[in-house]
Amino acid sequence: MTAAGDSSAAPGSAKLRLRDVRRRFTVGKRSFDALEGVSLDIAAGEFLAMVGPSGCGKTTLLRIVAGLETPTGGTVEVARDPASTRPENSMVFQQESIFPWMNVRDNAAFGLKARGMGKHERYANVQPILELAGLKGFEAALPHQLSGGMKQRVALARAFANDPEILLMDEPFAALDEQNKLILQSELLRIWEASRKTVLYVTHSIDEAILLSDRILVMSARPGRVKDLIDVASLFPRPRDISTVKSSPRYGELFARIWGELRNEVLASARESGGKAA
Amino acid sequence: MSRAGVNRAISIATPILLLAAWEIAARASVLDTRFFSSPASIGNELWTMAASGDLWKHAWISLARVLIGFAIGTTLGVVLGLGIGLSPTISAIFKPLIDATFPIPKVGLLPLVIIIFGLGEASKYAIIAISAFYLIVINTAAGVRQIERIYLDVGRNYHASRLMMFTDVALPGALPSIITGMKISMGVSLIIIVTAESLAAKSGVGFLIWTSWQVFEVEKMYVGLFISAVMGFLLAVLLDWVERRLIPWKGA
Repeated sequence: MTAAGDSSAAPGSAKLRLRDVRRRFTVGKRSFDALEGVSLDIAAGEFLAMVGPSGCGKTTLLRIVAGLETPTGGTVEVARDPASTRPENSMVFQQESIFPWMNVRDNAAFGLKARGMGKHERYANVQPILELAGLKGFEAALPHQLSGGMKQRVALARAFANDPEILLMDEPFAALDEQNKLILQSELLRIWEASRKTVLYVTHSIDEAILLSDRILVMSARPGRVKDLIDVASLFPRPRDISTVKSSPRYGELFARIWGELRNEVLASARESGGKAA
Repeated sequence: MSRAGVNRAISIATPILLLAAWEIAARASVLDTRFFSSPASIGNELWTMAASGDLWKHAWISLARVLIGFAIGTTLGVVLGLGIGLSPTISAIFKPLIDATFPIPKVGLLPLVIIIFGLGEASKYAIIAISAFYLIVINTAAGVRQIERIYLDVGRNYHASRLMMFTDVALPGALPSIITGMKISMGVSLIIIVTAESLAAKSGVGFLIWTSWQVFEVEKMYVGLFISAVMGFLLAVLLDWVERRLIPWKGA
């Protein structure tokens, strides 16, 4: 995770290429489209945030990239160095996802163990990441002894320790209280800025999307499509500081713009579900 | 005294009073001591049997039969239960067989087990193993199916091997349910061993109870009942301890 940038794709070229990705779900006799032809290029080392009304297929898209779900149509391509031994992607889940039966160290080292790394080596590998994630001194603790914020730190450490080419994050801080969320957001910024991994980040918070990302993908109400792609990197250079970003006038403008776009979509999806209920 | 203290005192006093009433009734010949020996004479017999070593011999052989049979049945049950829980194919092969044979009262299998394993120790291990196996396999499979999907997603996303899914996800995830199965099947195992020893053994607690009754040594029969109660209690304590050690995250 200390490697700067990502060498496995040529600079400027797409690390992750989505073409017309579709997903149709069938429940009983009814079927509906969760995703309707999403096409998108994500550059190597880019932090892309996806926002959209609930039910717009953000999580479905992430799960498709993660290989946990199969698209009904379209392609997902990842540009990889054939010699690379790093995993293609690792996901940080929204729900509590660390194993209650493993201590902090073994949870964080889970991906390394899955890759066949021996005990000593994976513990040595995971230690600096645990320290970076603020988990020093808690290595032997079991998750039930930790607070919600600490548990999510373990989930982050597990993903970073696995050193994937693409990091997938599904509203990782949604379940946390406001203070913990702020702290973890700035820590994620710090860790990410040191590693510059390609990140696909799902959030329902416009705030979080602006603070963290290089580009924001605004999705339409179901069926999910790309509604807008907004460049954030040129507005807020890195390294970023949360309070500086938030106090900038450009922050307010950007927030208003995204909210304006989302508002219509949220209303549209509310109308749709209201219509169904009637 | 606090409310809890009073309740505790009542809990301790009740069995003592019952024993005292029993003793008085026996001495006053209200009870027929041919069938209901007085607690004092049973205690006396217990002491004699402990001193002669008879008590330990019977207790130990029953305990060994239960523990060995239980270990075999639990191991097979956990392995197959994990397989059934994780693999639809393994489930398709074994689940119908298990469901169909589960309702058979396991004591009813004793004649068959004796034909197959003989009259020696092997048949005792086998009947206990069979009894434990069913409850464990069913609880393990149910335990795997109750594992939250998120943990299986993590396993898949991090490319855990089949073996690792087994040992690091399914087994620990199903452990609470497995231990519940072990607790139930331990109770069943004690019933089965006493029955099996009554029917076909030359030693053990069940043998002690049944032969003492047949030769009218009623005190010895009561000693046998007492030993089986103590064994049941100790095994339950052992399993509680195992539970705390194995699943500390459940905060028992």
